[in-house]
Amino acid sequence: MKHTHILLAHGSGGAMMHDLINDLFLPAFDNAELRKGNDQAVFEKQDGRLAFTTDSYVVQPLFFPGGCIGDLAVHGTINDLAVGGAMPLGLSVGMIIEEGLEIDTLRRIVQAMHTAARDAGVPIVTGDTKVVERGGCDKLFINTAGIGVIPDGVHIDGGSARPGDAILLSGRIGEHGIAVMSERRGVRFSTPVVTDSKPLHRLVQRMLAVCPDIRVMRDPTRGGLGATLNEIASQSTVGIEINEEALPITAEVQGACDLLGLDPLYLANEGALVAFVPETCADALLHAMRAMPEGEYACHIGNTIADMPGLVRMKTGIGGTRVIAMPSGEMLPRIC
Amino acid sequence: MSVLASFRDSSRAAPLLERIRARETGPVALMEFCGGHTVAIFRSGIRSVLPEHIRMLSGPGCPVCVTSNMDLDRAAALAKLPGVILTTYGDMLKVPGSRESLAQVRAQGYPVEIVYSTLDALRLAGQHPDKQIVFFAIGFETTAPAAAAAVLQARARGLKNFSICSVMKLTIPGARALLDMGEVRVQGVIGPGHVSSIIGADAWRFLPDVYRVPVAISGFEPLDILASIDALLAMLEKGNADLANLYSRIVKPGGNTKAWGAVTEVFETCASSWRGFGNIPDSGLALRPQYAEYDAEHRFPIDIPDSVEHPACRCGEVLRGVIEPVDCKVFGTACTPEQPLGPCMVSSEGSCAAYYNFHQSTHTKTRHATEQ
Repeated sequence: MKHTHILLAHGSGGAMMHDLINDLFLPAFDNAELRKGNDQAVFEKQDGRLAFTTDSYVVQPLFFPGGCIGDLAVHGTINDLAVGGAMPLGLSVGMIIEEGLEIDTLRRIVQAMHTAARDAGVPIVTGDTKVVERGGCDKLFINTAGIGVIPDGVHIDGGSARPGDAILLSGRIGEHGIAVMSERRGVRFSTPVVTDSKPLHRLVQRMLAVCPDIRVMRDPTRGGLGATLNEIASQSTVGIEINEEALPITAEVQGACDLLGLDPLYLANEGALVAFVPETCADALLHAMRAMPEGEYACHIGNTIADMPGLVRMKTGIGGTRVIAMPSGEMLPRIC
Repeated sequence: MSVLASFRDSSRAAPLLERIRARETGPVALMEFCGGHTVAIFRSGIRSVLPEHIRMLSGPGCPVCVTSNMDLDRAAALAKLPGVILTTYGDMLKVPGSRESLAQVRAQGYPVEIVYSTLDALRLAGQHPDKQIVFFAIGFETTAPAAAAAVLQARARGLKNFSICSVMKLTIPGARALLDMGEVRVQGVIGPGHVSSIIGADAWRFLPDVYRVPVAISGFEPLDILASIDALLAMLEKGNADLANLYSRIVKPGGNTKAWGAVTEVFETCASSWRGFGNIPDSGLALRPQYAEYDAEHRFPIDIPDSVEHPACRCGEVLRGVIEPVDCKVFGTACTPEQPLGPCMVSSEGSCAAYYNFHQSTHTKTRHATEQ
């Protein structure tokens, strides 16, 4: 490609746009469905129910320790399908690119999307590109949508938690939030914190094989575990009690939170899920989760209770209790 | 176990709590001056494990909360000046001033930028030589060195488009004013850890020496705070008033002389207006005349309309420790983190926000209020 930066003409629908698609997007996302060059992807008839989701990614900076906006956009949509119990069939990618973005930057991001989709075994089957004038967006926005199939017999729903359910967490929390924040603010730690971004559909399929009765699953992204637990407590009208000492938080994340005055409970995650399951399944599920790389740090963080429906409480390390409220606005570092 | 982890070791909390419960002091009220302590106390659930006869009071230690409406109105007016970009720490954005918050000013199209350090503001000045970057500087002794360093750097780099609107405050005159008012009976003080790392533990000796109030300089880990409470109770039990530095891993008796040297090079003390307290002499930091070119007040003289407070907001009394947030009629109903009437509900170090976010009974109370 002869240009080094994206020009408005790259989004014009003309020859330059075709060059961009043929030289950059198609070779990276290559698969049979894309190669057909149709305006839509076609899936054969599937057994089970269809799940459909979409998400937009406007993260700044575009690159952060352990990942970039591209693999995040692939993992995020796969995970939104996965936590509904769906096996993803394919993804769409919509790119909104600001005039002036370096082509090499775009190439690196597209390559990251390719690697993420290939490793997950979920093809990118359709896409769209728009270029907006300088100032019209911030470098690059990506929208991904995904479609998947939920097997018969699986009914995961935010309103299905019952008192006495065990609450399982698949991995450590706060790593993505700190990785992005450290890059955004130029804060460097002696041991860098990298994003936990990863696809969780294989872990979920394994979990469903062990316990098809999983009641609720969700990936705690923006708003963190704190927001997710509040959503579920409210949807299911149950109380939630978790145990601070059970939460898997690395010393690096805890240290960064202490330094900046942040609460790891409200930091974003991109490779963890929280599951509400019948207590009788909890041990078997934990065993199965820990046997997979995505669930290596799986743990039982608490239980649902009948008391105080809608309220999330935490037993603290010193034996006290505190409320975990729904976060309000952006979490900001302490002033002094 | 890492050093930090040892300050969170739950097995050490139980014996400390036993000791606290066994202290024979009678009912006591202890005040934490620092908003960081207020949040740490709620976050770790310390209030829920203390015996009922020990009352924890939150003092005027949240820098956002003590900023007066007059100063907020000034910041809003500065942001509306042609060619000015106002920069400030994030929490300030949502605080309602007399007529509007900085977030509302920004929504009207005026440039208000959140920065995470004074260096960000300096960077903006370098990137926008055609604009005037004004840093709305709030905070106590902890943020003052960074503000001083920014001014010194701006001068060294010859930046002509950077200035500071200083509403920074000094904690010692604030603490003295609170005790002199005599509205609340404070039997012990948890001294601010970060502030003391700059001004030194010895700066708080006036509390036992003049007011006969024991003080324990504390870190922010749960065990730090429990140990400080225990130290204060031990002093009260014996009838002693003294200073205990329980944060000696960070706080030295004389503080950080280099950081404070930069502050005194650039700033001098002045009278300052505190929310809930009014004007306190020598409690603020103003740029010295030799740095007047970096003083936004000097560079952009503006008239601002008279400031007014929301009639229902009782943040002033909360900051003086006269009432607890739940005693305010609008707490959790008309005033919430999403729709704050006063700063204590919006600042991440504010006591109303801490009560609202971490305290179970406040939610119960709010829910009951809603149900009725």
